[in-house]
Amino acid sequence: MEEQPSKKKIEVKRATKIFGKHTKRAAQLLQEGKTKKEILKATGATVGVNNASFDVNEGEIFVIMGLSGSGKSTLVRLLNRLIDPTLGNILIDGEDIVQMNKEKLRQVRREKIGMVFQNFALFPHKTILSNTEYGLEIQGVPKAERHEKAMESLRLVGLAGYEEQYPSQLSGGMQQRVGLARAIANDPDVLLMDEAFSALDPLIRKDMQDELLQLHSDMGKTIIFITHDLDEALRIGDRILLMKDGEVVQLGTPEEILMNPSDEYVERFVEDVDLSKVLTAAHIMKRADSVQVDRGPRVALRLMKRLRISSMYVTDKQRRLLGAVTAHDADAALTEGKNLEDILINDITVVSEDRLITELLDQVSIATIPVAVVDDTDRLKGIIIRGALIGALSGNDRFINENGTVQADEETEVEAIG
Amino acid sequence: MDKLLPRLPFADWIDDGVGWLTDVFAPLFDGIAIFLEVLVEGSVDILSQVPSILLAIIFALIAWFLSTRKIGFFTLLGFLFIDYLGLWYPMLQMLALVIASVLFAVIIGIPIGIWASQKPIVKAIVSPILDLMQTMPAFVYLIPAIFFFNIGVVPGVVASVIFAMPPTIRLTMLGIEQVPSDLIEATEAFGSTAWQRLVKVQIPLAQPTILAGVNQSIMLSLSMVVIASMVGAPGLGEEVYRAVTQLKTGVGVEVGVAIVIVAIILDRITQHAGTKKQGGVSE
Repeated sequence: MEEQPSKKKIEVKRATKIFGKHTKRAAQLLQEGKTKKEILKATGATVGVNNASFDVNEGEIFVIMGLSGSGKSTLVRLLNRLIDPTLGNILIDGEDIVQMNKEKLRQVRREKIGMVFQNFALFPHKTILSNTEYGLEIQGVPKAERHEKAMESLRLVGLAGYEEQYPSQLSGGMQQRVGLARAIANDPDVLLMDEAFSALDPLIRKDMQDELLQLHSDMGKTIIFITHDLDEALRIGDRILLMKDGEVVQLGTPEEILMNPSDEYVERFVEDVDLSKVLTAAHIMKRADSVQVDRGPRVALRLMKRLRISSMYVTDKQRRLLGAVTAHDADAALTEGKNLEDILINDITVVSEDRLITELLDQVSIATIPVAVVDDTDRLKGIIIRGALIGALSGNDRFINENGTVQADEETEVEAIG
Repeated sequence: MDKLLPRLPFADWIDDGVGWLTDVFAPLFDGIAIFLEVLVEGSVDILSQVPSILLAIIFALIAWFLSTRKIGFFTLLGFLFIDYLGLWYPMLQMLALVIASVLFAVIIGIPIGIWASQKPIVKAIVSPILDLMQTMPAFVYLIPAIFFFNIGVVPGVVASVIFAMPPTIRLTMLGIEQVPSDLIEATEAFGSTAWQRLVKVQIPLAQPTILAGVNQSIMLSLSMVVIASMVGAPGLGEEVYRAVTQLKTGVGVEVGVAIVIVAIILDRITQHAGTKKQGGVSE
């Protein structure tokens, strides 16, 4: 997940799935550029996935999102060939699974791909433990070893102690944990999760998302996650692939999708997004008016007067935040001959630039001077004023910084005055 | 109307066919006949050596073990009552006939059902045959059975096997087909072979349905062994048949009650055998 060069784990090349009888004719029509509706009318065949091409990098959480009927569940089943593609190639670690015979494919399914299902798909006649062991059992792993591995993965999902229960004795959230444990028990590289959390209620769902993220950072598996819920996609996805009518509409990071929807469809999709859970402090901060500490109270006072503000932040030469001064204190300091260090206010609200604004609301609302935004090294990056926060929440683009940075030109101007 | 179409002699053809089968496969039929006769009559001989009270207790314990204590108790009372009526020996004969027929119906029927559930072609062939087997009047099976196996125990068993097999096959197919598709998908996704899918998931989940089929087969074979008394199959059916031909209502009812008791015992035991072994709560 760090800055390592990302290796392609799965490559999907022009994958197409057509359901129905006259798939060849339909494929031909598809290549002639006919729409899904026209093909259905002409041949009776349904286009499930149309010419999807994308790569999934090793170790990322790749979210495939779309409304029901968009072909996302079909697409994920092409990846382990639960559904055979009509056309196209699917490469896992460079090997084309479409060309594989049954035996080879079975091997790939056993060793490389785990799957979690929307309705859990646990075996009702098996205990939690033997459900978890299933993947290992069919590979002929000795009993003691598979027992141990299954216990370990049950422990990972927080279900230690439930081994001897049956699925029907567990709640939905717990059942899906078993589904997850079963999928990771044989340590696959890739996890396919088909609407894995969609059947759970919202609170459990959020917990599960958190746990999945935790698990992902611990184990570093490549996860392909299917969902129809944009909030979920934004929350867990490193990259999101948006689908509509079997076609890939847009592929990008959550931020790219939110900030630059590729077309009207995506735009409509993202317009209801709860911005407070997506935007960070960096998105809404304004240029910070600050003064270097060695410039003295006179400069500070002049700057504040010029900018018509009553307080400002004070930094050192490296722009590291030291504190704030008010105009009133600076004025007093001038007469008493003090310097800026003596009148610094240290009781200020500081937030880091990657904080979500939903977490800022409280601090911003009670702060007397605008909240300061700093980076990892404590350097002052900007300030947040209430108006901008409210403006951004209402979806007004004017208050949202394009790349999460403020223009630097005015900053130099301030320095020049000093 | 008669003259428009020539009347094809279907019946003659079938008779010829049966005659041909009888001639060609005589050694095979003889072999089956000897085997079944030894099996059924041998087990009746052995069982009849055991004192009836002891046997009734053993049956009751088996019933208790397979199902509930209540049914075990009922089994004991039921068998003692049959003994009291003086129908012990014919009851043993009937029981041996039923158990032998059901055994063969299950041994043949379950594999056919499983096979048909896996291969659509097999299912397409088996289904109409099952329809035929079930709707054909039971008596009709008896006629060729006499040709192949003479009269006595053997045609009775054979006719019962044929008559009793369809529900086992059908419910085996149904049970396996009813396994939810997402579970099948899960087995596939983890890389199961077809055999693993069948043995580890489909058959265990179909088990209650398959046992319901076996239960139906037992009930059908019970009714068939009574009819089979017309071709000389021994047992309680024979007593009923005699009572009918001699118009003895009282005896007929007595024997009828004995048959009902046996039927209830077998039904309850098999109904419970399916549910008791399921450790957890199934869906």
